[in-house]
Amino acid sequence: MSRRKLSRRQFVAATALSSAALITAPYVRGAHAAGKLSIGFWDHWVPGANKASTDIVNAWKEKEKVEVTIDYIPSQGNKNLLTIAAEAQAKSGHDILAMPTWWPHAQAELLEPMNDVMADLIKLNGEPNGTVKYLGQAGGKWLAVPASVGSQIKGPCSRIDLMKQHAGIDVQALYPAGAPPKADSWTFDTFLKAAEACHKGGVPFGIGLGETSDNVDTAGAIFQSFGAALVDEKGNLTVKTDAVRQALEFYKKLIAFLPPDAGAWDDASNNKWLVSGRGALIMNPPSAWAVAKRDAPQVAEQCWTHGFPAGPKGRYAPYLAYFWGTWSFSKNKEAAKSLLRALSQPDAIEKMVVASGGYDLPCYEKLTTLKVWQEEAPPKGTLYHYPNPHNHQTLSIAAAPAPPKIAQQIYTQATLTKMCLRYHQGEAMEKVLAWAEGECEGFMRS
Amino acid sequence: MADVALQPNRAVTAQTARKRSSLHKMLKRKSTVAFLMTLPLILLIALLVIYPAFYALHLATLNKSMQRFVGLSNFEFLFKRETFWLVVKQSCIFAITAVIFKAVLGFIVAHFVHNIPAKGQRKWRGMLLVPWVIPPAMSTLAWLWLFDPSYSAFNYTLAFFGIGPIPWTGDALWARFSVILVNIWVGAPFFMIMYLAALKSVPDQLYEAAAIDGANWWQRIWYITLPMMRNIIAITTLFSLIVTFANFDIVRILTAGGPLDHTHIFATWAFRVGIEGSDIPLGASVSLFMVPILAIAAIFILRDVNKRGNEA
Repeated sequence: MSRRKLSRRQFVAATALSSAALITAPYVRGAHAAGKLSIGFWDHWVPGANKASTDIVNAWKEKEKVEVTIDYIPSQGNKNLLTIAAEAQAKSGHDILAMPTWWPHAQAELLEPMNDVMADLIKLNGEPNGTVKYLGQAGGKWLAVPASVGSQIKGPCSRIDLMKQHAGIDVQALYPAGAPPKADSWTFDTFLKAAEACHKGGVPFGIGLGETSDNVDTAGAIFQSFGAALVDEKGNLTVKTDAVRQALEFYKKLIAFLPPDAGAWDDASNNKWLVSGRGALIMNPPSAWAVAKRDAPQVAEQCWTHGFPAGPKGRYAPYLAYFWGTWSFSKNKEAAKSLLRALSQPDAIEKMVVASGGYDLPCYEKLTTLKVWQEEAPPKGTLYHYPNPHNHQTLSIAAAPAPPKIAQQIYTQATLTKMCLRYHQGEAMEKVLAWAEGECEGFMRS
Repeated sequence: MADVALQPNRAVTAQTARKRSSLHKMLKRKSTVAFLMTLPLILLIALLVIYPAFYALHLATLNKSMQRFVGLSNFEFLFKRETFWLVVKQSCIFAITAVIFKAVLGFIVAHFVHNIPAKGQRKWRGMLLVPWVIPPAMSTLAWLWLFDPSYSAFNYTLAFFGIGPIPWTGDALWARFSVILVNIWVGAPFFMIMYLAALKSVPDQLYEAAAIDGANWWQRIWYITLPMMRNIIAITTLFSLIVTFANFDIVRILTAGGPLDHTHIFATWAFRVGIEGSDIPLGASVSLFMVPILAIAAIFILRDVNKRGNEA
């Protein structure tokens, strides 16, 4: 058996080398030196749009040496909502999770504050719109970071030809591409007359009265244009007011000119209505137009997305915000915040907006005039007014300004559209208001 | 005097052997083997059914933000809600109507199939089972297209006869009719196959004897077929009642509870309140409300089955 003898000099040298290696080891950046991060993004319906987010994340992970896994969670069947609920129950899950509209408030107690991230992003991108502040903040705390992916305005998308032919309205003149709107005449009176004319012409406006978000969003914007709210910002019931009565009266007149089956419409119904060429106007982000581009190009080239009509109390348009939140029990909050900063850089946001064909809508004031909305076609400029570039209308969400946890119930239970339908079906105004008041009282439970 | 070798360990050895043999006997016992073989399933049920059930009970006793124990306050709150009582009424209408029609249709179709010559019977049995075999979420999507508010294939066809358009999902009565119809379509084959199996087990001699006694078709059904099928009918009805009360997919896909909440049943409203409305304790309370209703139904039906079993 051979035995190698270790000299004292060799022993000292080896010990010194090993010690040096051990001490310096933590500073060597390995492939995943900064740990792991799991992300649950919303699964975009636009083919290829997910790739933009993946590319941004990949570039970030290479730089930061973080091991990343991404799950794209669809909103079909409310899978995203189920994931949020399950992770909140389990106190375990993704480090970054996409949350639609009301969910940052619904999970407020379990979310990591993002004030530091938002302070930097506001400096960089400008102020977020009022709806995002309403949905994303609680008690001075930013609950989540606004995501451009999935955020949208559900404004009118009109058929240029049918509006001219039946209602005598040139929507391109009201909302010219590349210029501020000249839409002072675009009020709810004009809108109602146009609805009547298009109904007579056999191409009714495609506005639903069902219980899904497209229907509720339109009702919300119309109610707000009349100054009507069911609950005010302090949580007081304001159902039995003249403003609510006026909004209901307006809706009753409007429903007479809508498709007879509007009460059963879901979020797909208005899209199909436009793409099939059966209607002159719908309230939707440019998803219906994008589908028409593929399936009915002759319809797409006549579509023009523009602003909401104005009511007695202003011009409101529904803005649906998406957020990226980090759970307070996340294991890698710092890496999550770093990635959220990377995802909210102006160039990253533009990349994602372009990948979505202009559908995604950042909430920051400096990012509503990206080139993509000026260039998208056909017809050229069709999306120019989609992001509200001239702040022509107030962006809002149905049931605001009620405290968000109450507003979420009003929104989810579709109280506004139900009120309109009940009144339209012959229920007495005061009975409808009493019913809505009872519902809202129930929504206030804590 | 006989020499007896002293064996101090003998008693212990005998005891061990006895123990081993009793363990062996116990293992050989049929009931033990049956228990051991079903143990994995029992554990699985405990994990996937009993734990979630108790967790749901726990959730139902919390406040909206799930930070405080509120006892039965959620149920008290529900009892004061107009929509809740509408849901209770609709769940009962939905489940009872659908089960009655499924049972009647299943009974009639089972008789037809039973009377088909054995050679072609398999083909018919297979075809009639299709609605039950297709995942309901998928078949309901097809129904949704047939009932679509604007592009209903039914309305398109009816228009040729100058009928309609019918608001299949837009009017409260028609929407209720539509969800019940789809539920019957999906569930009737289950009744059919169960009743067919029961029909096949009725001895032919009974019918022959009845024929000799001059019994007509109705008397044969009333005095032979139905009494022989009573237990199967009771158990099938109970099973279907439970499944229909707990239905979710058909209503969710077809109407999502609308119009004006007129098709909501417990599961769809629990989902609306609990998941979409972020009020999980209230959602849990809504879904738990089914338990006493179904428990009462189960007690009555199973007691009856047990009684008849003892009579037999």
